[in-house]
Amino acid sequence: MIIELGHFALILAALIAVVQVVVPLVGAHVGWRGWMAVADPAAVVQLLLVGYSFSALMYAFVVSDFSLKLVVANSHSAKPLLYKISGVWGNHEGSMLLWLLILVLFGACASLFGSNLPASLRARVLGVQAAVSVAFYAFILFTSNPFERLAFPPFDGRDLNPLLQDPGLAFHPPFLYLGYVGLSMSFSFAIAALLEGRVDAAWGRWVRPWTLAAWIFLTIGIALGSWWAYYELGWGGFWFWDPVENASLMPWLLAAALLHSAIVVEKRESLKAWTILLAILAFGFSLLGTFIVRSGVLTSVHAFANDPQRGVFILLILAFFVGGGLLLFALRANSMEAKGVFGLVSRETAIVSNNVLLAVTSFVVFWGTIWPLVVELASANAVWGAGMANPFYSMGLFDRPEQVSVGPPFFDFAVTLIFVPLTLILPIGAVLAWKRGSLARAVKSMVPIAVLSVAFGLLAYAVQTGRSTLGPIGVVLGIWVVGGAAMDLWLRTGRGRIMSRLKRLPRLPRADWGKLMAHAGMGITVFAVAALLAWEDEDIRVAQISDRWQVGIHEIELTEVVDIEGPNYFGEGGIITVFRNGHEVGEVFAEKRFYPVAQMPTTEAGIRNGLFRDVYVVLGDQQVGGGWAVRTYIKPFANWVWGGAILMALGGFISLSDRRLRVAAGAVKSSGKHNAQSVPAE
Amino acid sequence: MKWLVFILSILATPLVAVQPDEVLDDAALEIRARSLSADLRCPVCRNESIDESHADIARDLRLLLRERLVVGDTDEQAMQFLVDRYGEYILFNPRVAGVNILLWFAAPIMLLFSGGIAFVTIKVRSRAAEPVGLNAEEKKRLEELTGDKDSRATLMN
Repeated sequence: MIIELGHFALILAALIAVVQVVVPLVGAHVGWRGWMAVADPAAVVQLLLVGYSFSALMYAFVVSDFSLKLVVANSHSAKPLLYKISGVWGNHEGSMLLWLLILVLFGACASLFGSNLPASLRARVLGVQAAVSVAFYAFILFTSNPFERLAFPPFDGRDLNPLLQDPGLAFHPPFLYLGYVGLSMSFSFAIAALLEGRVDAAWGRWVRPWTLAAWIFLTIGIALGSWWAYYELGWGGFWFWDPVENASLMPWLLAAALLHSAIVVEKRESLKAWTILLAILAFGFSLLGTFIVRSGVLTSVHAFANDPQRGVFILLILAFFVGGGLLLFALRANSMEAKGVFGLVSRETAIVSNNVLLAVTSFVVFWGTIWPLVVELASANAVWGAGMANPFYSMGLFDRPEQVSVGPPFFDFAVTLIFVPLTLILPIGAVLAWKRGSLARAVKSMVPIAVLSVAFGLLAYAVQTGRSTLGPIGVVLGIWVVGGAAMDLWLRTGRGRIMSRLKRLPRLPRADWGKLMAHAGMGITVFAVAALLAWEDEDIRVAQISDRWQVGIHEIELTEVVDIEGPNYFGEGGIITVFRNGHEVGEVFAEKRFYPVAQMPTTEAGIRNGLFRDVYVVLGDQQVGGGWAVRTYIKPFANWVWGGAILMALGGFISLSDRRLRVAAGAVKSSGKHNAQSVPAE
Repeated sequence: MKWLVFILSILATPLVAVQPDEVLDDAALEIRARSLSADLRCPVCRNESIDESHADIARDLRLLLRERLVVGDTDEQAMQFLVDRYGEYILFNPRVAGVNILLWFAAPIMLLFSGGIAFVTIKVRSRAAEPVGLNAEEKKRLEELTGDKDSRATLMN
């Protein structure tokens, strides 16, 4: 009964969403306040209904209700509770329901916290948001119903993919979806502004917190996924340029661009059309990401839970919203005149450069991701059905069906090429004055940082064993960005003696501190990625019990191999002792697991986390002639990769807590007095 | 438990990619083999290089690649040897040739294009918005009002 009510609640919510599209949009167009006001209760009721529906599904997983098809396919009674819960979104149907839940959550938040939005804008935002959710209700109810029953329930379930039975995977999708779906808010604001025909500083201030929140969640989600890959997949890689990873990186890059350009709209009333376009594209990439993940059209290691038929449905949703959004943009963008003008050397130009570089990076990732698909389709024998000759053959582009791969070497090269200039201009651009700045002054203020970073780069080059230039370049860029961010904050304290400037530091707006942390986080991640790729040590060998060998500055000993047994797996675990200069510094436990229900082996690497390096040990097979295959890696600065990402997200949070944004989001009760107009622009 | 161990032993999937018995004695050759195999896609896997994959064919390719290097192939010759047999699909780094030129040059073109548009737009707009100076009459009026010939007038510029 609970399940059927869940299904029913979903249908009811879909109908309410239809009302929430039609009534408020008509009301806003004609100017009927009563009709506009329908949006608010509708948004909240949608959240309650979908929330119930989701809880009903979760209940079915927790009590292992094997009359439900989805539970049978993705759960097992012996699975730990955490993974029974996370199993709800470890599959297609459930993850789409989570998608929808977050979508209506954002809608309800816009309604609850948006009390200071003009009535017509709020009605339009909620109407557009509901239009997106209608599409996804239809998708779930018609193609991916999670509440499907089985006539003959089996005795037990088929278990969740063991790779997904991990705390990292329990939290990775919800955060990622909060980010993906959060961008729907930016999209709704953009479309609402186009319908309204007006974009002003206040609009910029309203749209920023939503974009910022989405970007923060996306950052955390991506970092969690990367961290999970690092410790779970068994060779310590943290980014594979897999289509599904790229799908999350593209909206992240565009959201980062959007964050910056929205600042220009808010402070300078410029870049309006561009910001609207970015908002449409950022959400477009979110939908594209959902399409890539859900359709499985691009081969990928994330090959769970996908189905090409459903992909077509999402592609239609994508075409409708992005196509419609762009059409509306083309019709209305001209009406948005820039008020604030700026010179060629100014903060605005710096942000435009940031936007161009981020957007082009996003484009490169997109292009490389779909390129294999483009080649495969274009080179197919008959393009438009039987009997139709392929026009590309006569053009000489192809002479037979071809398949190509685009992998890490391409993406590494292309993205590095764009990110180096991006990191180089960041500190300079961040201190340029608005409207008309002095490049000489900005550069001059950064000279100490430049000297410092180059000095440390040279030091790193001298200290390392002369292997690569990648590591030292990473050091230079990292210190340049982190130091530049610190210098930026220091310059904000104005002039005067050091003591009085120090006293001013804590009183700086939180947005400034957020900026420092986010930029520094980016510098740290850039440095850590370069350091990890350049200075990794690796050792592969057959080791007998109590063999000891040297890897980097550590000695590794295979102390013992024991049998292990978990709730739904069994296997072997290697106890490996780590020594340094003959002294024991720690022990790691590397497991080889086998999940009998899913018939799948996994590795759990033994990792000794350290501030400057991780010791990463993987236990392989027992060898015929005795002993075990053991792989040992020394991963320098591994934790800094995710540390930088977390710092970026933290910077976002601090910036989000800045009073100006809180006032804009309407979260402050007293905001009645400080309405948007009375908030100083700077 | 015994039958489970039996299943485990027949499955015995190697869980690490490069096995100790594959590693070449010549360290320089091994380094070359590792870096080449990181750029070669495992033909049956979703999105893994033969260096990471634990599929049987990936192991065969790793051994084949090492054989070629041992008999003295250059990097290019060894890669070509594999491409001749498995197609360009196995190259993770598509060659800058043929239709793939569109892949490689799309980004620089996009960068020049968007950067160019941004530059021209900003330049045109900033020039169009050059602050218009005061005409003589306005200047005179300003001086009358402020009673200050130099400082205020320069400020207004």
